[in-house]
Amino acid sequence: MNASPAQNLAGPQSRVRKSGAGADRVFELLTASSALFVLLILGGTAVSMAWGGRLAFKTFGWRFITDPTWDAVGSHFGALVPIYGTLVTSAIALIIAVPVSIGIALFLTDIAPRWSRTPISVAIELLAAIPSIIYGMWGLFVFAPFMATHVEPWLSDHLGNKAIIGPLFNGPPIGIGMLTAGVVLGIMVIPFIAAVAREVFSAVPAPLRESAVALGSTRWEILSRVTLPYTRSAVIGAIFLGLGRALGETMAVTFVLGNAHDLSASLLMPSNSIAAAIANEFTEADTEIYRSSLIALGFLLFVVTFIVLTIAKLLLLRINKQMGRTH
Amino acid sequence: MAIPARRRIADISAFAFATAATVFGLVWLTWILWMTIRQGAGALSPQLFKEMTPPPGSSGGLLNAFYGSAVMILLAVIIGTPIGVAAGTYLAEHGRYTKLAAIVSFVNDILLSAPSIVIGLFIYTLVVRTMGHFSGWAGALSLAMILLPIIVRTTEESLRLIPDTMREAGFALGLPRWRVTRQILYKAGLSSILTGILLGVARIAGETAPLLFTALNNQFWSSSLNGPLANVPVVIFQYAMSPYDEWHTLAWAGAFVLTAFVLALNILVRVLARKGKQR
Repeated sequence: MNASPAQNLAGPQSRVRKSGAGADRVFELLTASSALFVLLILGGTAVSMAWGGRLAFKTFGWRFITDPTWDAVGSHFGALVPIYGTLVTSAIALIIAVPVSIGIALFLTDIAPRWSRTPISVAIELLAAIPSIIYGMWGLFVFAPFMATHVEPWLSDHLGNKAIIGPLFNGPPIGIGMLTAGVVLGIMVIPFIAAVAREVFSAVPAPLRESAVALGSTRWEILSRVTLPYTRSAVIGAIFLGLGRALGETMAVTFVLGNAHDLSASLLMPSNSIAAAIANEFTEADTEIYRSSLIALGFLLFVVTFIVLTIAKLLLLRINKQMGRTH
Repeated sequence: MAIPARRRIADISAFAFATAATVFGLVWLTWILWMTIRQGAGALSPQLFKEMTPPPGSSGGLLNAFYGSAVMILLAVIIGTPIGVAAGTYLAEHGRYTKLAAIVSFVNDILLSAPSIVIGLFIYTLVVRTMGHFSGWAGALSLAMILLPIIVRTTEESLRLIPDTMREAGFALGLPRWRVTRQILYKAGLSSILTGILLGVARIAGETAPLLFTALNNQFWSSSLNGPLANVPVVIFQYAMSPYDEWHTLAWAGAFVLTAFVLALNILVRVLARKGKQR
């Protein structure tokens, strides 16, 4: 039952209330069904993709996930290369974005002069506003050539012959590939992680920080021993949020990943991602099994991002509770 | 009391790292914007807004793409806003404290970050397959699906910010609940709901992935929503990926206009929000 005091306030015998009660029911039904519509989108997406991908799942079974062959002519489809590319590029993105975002949050809460905090955080937020297709175009025409001439030759000269990590950086410096895509993804994810981190950093209760200062802590010690432990679940939640974004990002990756269906250890080699494969090939898919395999890829992406984003949301809810907020 | 050198060095490096991280973030923003302006502003011409997208090797503009994008965005707003505002109203008002509202709010947050290409596949299965062809309607619908969670969230938040005394004042006048919502709460929350819509438009204006297999693209002028419809993001995608120089130039021009539009909306939203706070 709705225990809002408001409902009890209206007088029971007032005529206004009587005529309003019917309209109230209609209005409530209307808003409730709109709210249900939100659930319907999520459910509809899941069901329609499970349905669209059923032919691929039935034909290839579990091997769909472990098979590296993607052969449109022979109608033989395995998703290992796109899955691998998605995971590797997202991992690179997080390796870059996590420390940078925490650094930005620290800078904005502790270091930057007060007047500069709003403009700087707006500028970082604008990174999230730039459409992903612009990242893609910039990546293709500006950043990939930059990587090919300045970064990748150095990497393959200096790291390519090292033990263990050598194979990661061994390859032709063509600019298009997993490393470039991962870096671009990293930049795109920074504003999302930084925004949450900044918000929770500045919400750490002042007495906690003041106690640390009184004990003679340095700023670094405050961050590492007070702020980060206190905000840990929110920061991890923010990282998962960034991961969810990175996994599903389509256009930026499509431009700079190279749409290659070969499995390669080298980060400098072109590869593919789930989203990029769908974007590149869906309109060209001319057979039923081809299209179904692409929708099956979409289903996998949906399930994985759903899980990652759910974890993110649960972690973020936890800190809200801890800080006494209701939502 | 002097702090030991090891601790001081750790502190200074943390300070330096945080500053470097911020500079790092700002460098990318400047680099991307600078290249878009440099390549795009040079490609601007009146032709851009007067002529259709050309075949390879000849010159032209992006008029049909601007038109298609505008129509689909407008339709998405018309479809998405009422449902989004109603759903947000349920979360903040009628369904407050209910389990359904908690679940919807949770799911809505996930939809906010869900990959847009997946929404495109959903609308493809739902509309394009059943109609048998790509269409502007399908494109508008997929944009509406992406807009919806944004409107739901901003409506919910703006209604929650209104103090309960406002609601009680309405009830004290004998108003039924729906009229309190409509005549008091919507009025008080109007400006923040409107900023939410603007923010949503900024987001869907650049959405490319869901349009790839719903609206597709159309090289020619078409005002029919029942067939493939040209739109700015997909044109940029196709032209940038092509080997032709004229197409690259047009793609940069489109990218410039799109970025300027999106960033202008974002800044406008922030200015409006600050004005609202000052009042």
